[in-house]
Amino acid sequence: MHHRPRSGARRGLAALTTALTAAVLLAVPVLGSPTARAQAAEDVGTEDATVPSGSGADAVELDTTTYVPASATAEDPAPAVVLAHGFGGSKQSVADDARDLAGRGYVVLTYSARGFGASTGQIGLDDPRYEVADLSTLLDVLAERDDVQLDAPGDPRVGVAGASYGGALALLGAAYDDRVDAIAPQITWNSLTTALFPSQAGPVDEATPAATPDTGDSGVFKRLWSGLFFGAGSVPTGDGLLASLTGGSTAAGDGLPQIDPGSLESADVEQALTCGRFRADVCAAYQQAASTGTLTPEIAAVLDRSSPAGVLDRITAPTLLLQGTQDSLFGLGQADANARGIAANGTPVKVVWYDGGHDASASESDTEDLRGLVAGWFDFHLRGQGEDPGTGFTFPVPTGVGAAVGSVQGGNQSETAADYPGLSGDAVQRTEVPLSGTTFPVVTPPGGNPAAITTVPGLGAVTAALGGTTVEIPGQFAVFGSEPLDTAVDVVGASTVTLTVSSPTGTATLFAKLYDVSADGARTLPSGLVAPLSLTGLSTDPTAPTEVEVTLPGIVHRFEAGHTMQVLVSSTDQAFAAPAEAGVYAVGLADGASLAAPSVSGTVQGESGATRWWVLLAVLVALGVAGVVVAKLWGARRRRQLSEVEPDGEDVPLRFSGVTKSYKDGFTAVRDLSFEVRRGQVLGLLGPNGAGKTTSLRMLMGLIRPTEGTISVFGHPATPGAPVLSRLGSFVEGTGLQPHLSGRDNLELYWAATGRPLADAHLDEAVEIAGLGTALDKRVRSYSQGMRQRVAIAQAMLGLPDLLVLDEPTNGLDPPQIHAMRQVLQDYAATGRTVIVSSHLLAEIEQTCSHVVVMAKGQKVAEGTVEEIIGTGGAVLLVVQGDPARAEQVLTGLGAAVERSDEGLVVELGDLTRAQAVSALVEARVGVDQVTPRRRLEDAFLSLVGES
Amino acid sequence: MSSSVQSTGGVAGYRPERTLRLSVELRRQFKRRRTVGVFALMVALPLVLIAALQLGASEDAQSNSRLNLVDVATASGLNFTLFVLFATTSFFLVVVYALFFGDTVASEAQWGSLRYALATPVPRMRLLRQKWAAALVLSVAALVTVTVVALVAGGIAFGFADITTPIGISIGQGDGLLRLAGMVGYLAVHLLVVGTLAFWLSTVTDAPLAAVGGAVFTMFVFAILDQVEQLGSIRDFFPTAEEFAWTDLLQTPVDSADLYRGVIQSLVYAAVFTALSFRHFSRRDVTS
Repeated sequence: MHHRPRSGARRGLAALTTALTAAVLLAVPVLGSPTARAQAAEDVGTEDATVPSGSGADAVELDTTTYVPASATAEDPAPAVVLAHGFGGSKQSVADDARDLAGRGYVVLTYSARGFGASTGQIGLDDPRYEVADLSTLLDVLAERDDVQLDAPGDPRVGVAGASYGGALALLGAAYDDRVDAIAPQITWNSLTTALFPSQAGPVDEATPAATPDTGDSGVFKRLWSGLFFGAGSVPTGDGLLASLTGGSTAAGDGLPQIDPGSLESADVEQALTCGRFRADVCAAYQQAASTGTLTPEIAAVLDRSSPAGVLDRITAPTLLLQGTQDSLFGLGQADANARGIAANGTPVKVVWYDGGHDASASESDTEDLRGLVAGWFDFHLRGQGEDPGTGFTFPVPTGVGAAVGSVQGGNQSETAADYPGLSGDAVQRTEVPLSGTTFPVVTPPGGNPAAITTVPGLGAVTAALGGTTVEIPGQFAVFGSEPLDTAVDVVGASTVTLTVSSPTGTATLFAKLYDVSADGARTLPSGLVAPLSLTGLSTDPTAPTEVEVTLPGIVHRFEAGHTMQVLVSSTDQAFAAPAEAGVYAVGLADGASLAAPSVSGTVQGESGATRWWVLLAVLVALGVAGVVVAKLWGARRRRQLSEVEPDGEDVPLRFSGVTKSYKDGFTAVRDLSFEVRRGQVLGLLGPNGAGKTTSLRMLMGLIRPTEGTISVFGHPATPGAPVLSRLGSFVEGTGLQPHLSGRDNLELYWAATGRPLADAHLDEAVEIAGLGTALDKRVRSYSQGMRQRVAIAQAMLGLPDLLVLDEPTNGLDPPQIHAMRQVLQDYAATGRTVIVSSHLLAEIEQTCSHVVVMAKGQKVAEGTVEEIIGTGGAVLLVVQGDPARAEQVLTGLGAAVERSDEGLVVELGDLTRAQAVSALVEARVGVDQVTPRRRLEDAFLSLVGES
Repeated sequence: MSSSVQSTGGVAGYRPERTLRLSVELRRQFKRRRTVGVFALMVALPLVLIAALQLGASEDAQSNSRLNLVDVATASGLNFTLFVLFATTSFFLVVVYALFFGDTVASEAQWGSLRYALATPVPRMRLLRQKWAAALVLSVAALVTVTVVALVAGGIAFGFADITTPIGISIGQGDGLLRLAGMVGYLAVHLLVVGTLAFWLSTVTDAPLAAVGGAVFTMFVFAILDQVEQLGSIRDFFPTAEEFAWTDLLQTPVDSADLYRGVIQSLVYAAVFTALSFRHFSRRDVTS
């Protein structure tokens, strides 16, 4: 996948900046990207060395770095790869690629070409005498290494790869040195002459998709690109201008270098200033070209020497040609020519077009893919490993717009055909699209200004994307359009068309473009590419013009249905040199001329897209089914477990057995709690705040898991979600009512959530217990604490549960309500149901409950009937006026046991009633101030509360 | 005293698989103003945007040089819908998903109704499952609502016509609707990442705001980190990755690579967060 922009701008901006950088350096990081991760499959060591190459005046020292994988040893030598960098770069430019390849087990040699980086010497533009000879020197160095596999003594098993300047070196190296075993040149030229002086007019072999005419002896100078190209080399680099003057021997360290001004030839100084590190002949050729804009035999000689075109028949190394569709410097036609030339020898050639080039760097994913392709090529052809990459043809799937606008449009799928058409198999298929248009007069302005703006070097299609359209100057172009297309036309390669041109001077410089015009008239120039035409020997008679076969730029583009294909021929273009003289040409279509648009059908990689979505769906469905099956099995097992029941379950609605709840922080809320509740009881859980009452109730509701012990409800373990909890109604700590609903809605929705039949709810009875009247239909938000409390208790009683658990139910109720509540609970228990009430108030428990469990600090303190615990039968506390001794005497006489305390007399009445005791005291003239039941528990309870 | 008790101990009429049915949970949710409010907002948003586009027509359309769907927003109802989706993807929809998913368990805990639901008993796993499903239904319904309203209101305002992409390629209405459905489907899945994250947080905390805010905050942090180019391909594994991959559906032919990756990645994230929430909730002591 390419990196998806989170904002539309990002990719555009990234493309722009990288393209700008690339344009300046020309060292397009086709394989290297800043974020590229080195595939450190194994440890890679590096060795830096300076290698002398050449002799005499041309002797140089090449700065090299060798990346050696740990797997490459003298016992088990590995094949080698030489990586050559792009123009303006250095060995550092390919470091990432080198590390990656070394990680795959190759000994990788990188070096700075002469004239670049820390290498000495002058740039000869891949001159076979210098740069190509340097490559041979490096192969010698590799052959010396004991960790490099040899085909023969002095002949290492080696591949060469590189982009642009380095790509041409790979081709030339394979041609001149037969020790090279495989090459992978990228975005490079076939002929530097046709690249810099293109003219796409004339007959062409239409068998291959991007076949582009060879420039004869004339072409249109690609001045902007050339300027950048030479500008990069003429800036003194490395040790700087002084070093280049003194032969690169500046003293590092102490102060200024010692230069004797008298020793410098003025010619040398001039050459250094104007030509930088270029060789004099290269420099002279450029200066001539730049000033005249015409192709002279001297220039052609320099450029042809540096071109693989003439020596392709010598290449026997399997060749992987990678070319970019976003490349206004070395277009698809250059790779096409290379492929034809190399395949003619029977050498295996695989052609890959990708979405990138000198105008736009490839996406991260494409970069990774390309690395993989190169590695796969070497794996098979150097090591005999892996799948045969074959001799197929891969290109981006045509889309409606350039990928530079990929944020919203433009995919990155690629399509693969079995062969590059026209090499050995069938010729490329060409669709004839009829064009129409009259003959136009086309004006060339004097000096070639103003000029149409189509391509900016290094930006290409981005220009079109940013500006929306390219700029065409009215009056300077002729235009021939098709009818709106019925079906989309995919163009893969260079279309051809035959035009008629006449010129008063017999010569003309024109620029042909193929526009995509949408239904609403918006024009897009695919990839921003232009085909310059340098025409000579034209008819001067507009009525009998000369027919010219024109090859339009090689593109990969889909012309959508409803769009028109438009051939536009203009007289100027900003990126090219145009003749200075003004003139008027007549440009028309040849009779019956139509556009021959090449297309290649292949299989779309990742078209398994549709399949994998089905696979994904199938996987999800399978997972779902598996989940359901597992749930069913698990459910059945759980039901079996749940069905195990204690025999006395129905009589003991609740049983705690040795229940302990400790928290991770060491706090123990409940310790070893055991008690039973029998049917029909109203059990009070009495204890001060923090005694563990609420925790116990929560455990019984399955909200908290006991650390130890078991809780059973009607004989079933009270685990979270146990069905037996459906026999439980609860109100614990807070009402849990939804504040935005009315009381009635709360009750109804609560019952609906249980999933039980509405008839089981006994809603009316619950509503009656809540006793809210019409307030029940108001929002709970508006309720008082007491009202909420009553709704919550009513909710707990919905469905008339067999076990009702209420935590502090009378909190917040006023005395009449408390009284009514007690009655409700006692009546409820009288039906054979069981009620558990917790409270911290002794009186509360005393008046409501039949049984009580007293808790303190998480432990059970006492347990029994309320009578047993509260002790209403026996003792009373007597506070008397006057002499307590007299009172004691009287009561002892009646058979009661008397004890004195600070508060008064504690009297165990025995058979005596309180009335009898009081009347006896009154008769004995002892004034009775108070008679209250003496709770034996109270002391213990209060002391516990006090302690806690 | 109920005479009939099932062998599992449950009272007659109680069936775990009937507890907290989806319809009941949705009824509970729709009784909340929050839910109604979100849907009202979903209806209002496209209308507000239409009004804004009508008012500011074309004047400042060029001030934003980014390649942007806003430039062609008024071309047709379909275009407007795309623009609405584009505008809401990174913030609005994230918040909606986080709200519906993050509020589920935590708000029940906050009200204290969670313990009563669990004591009903709604089995814990079922409770989570139903809450999750209800949140999904609400979230997707909100997404569909905003889309349909944008489509209809946009169609009325700007005409029912083909999709026009920023580069002037048009996609027919039928095809456009199909693709739009695909986009909504993708968004529904991709936003599950933030949804399930919020859901997990919702089982951890009793404060709904913390769950919703935490999820949204996390997404924003990743959205910011996403701008740091130095992080390189690590960013592809962010939960926010492929957030805008649905725009790939505007391509012809559609390149589904990023969509596929986005779906798989989202599903993995969603599965992990969901599993974490179930794991945590099944073990947790409910003390709220």
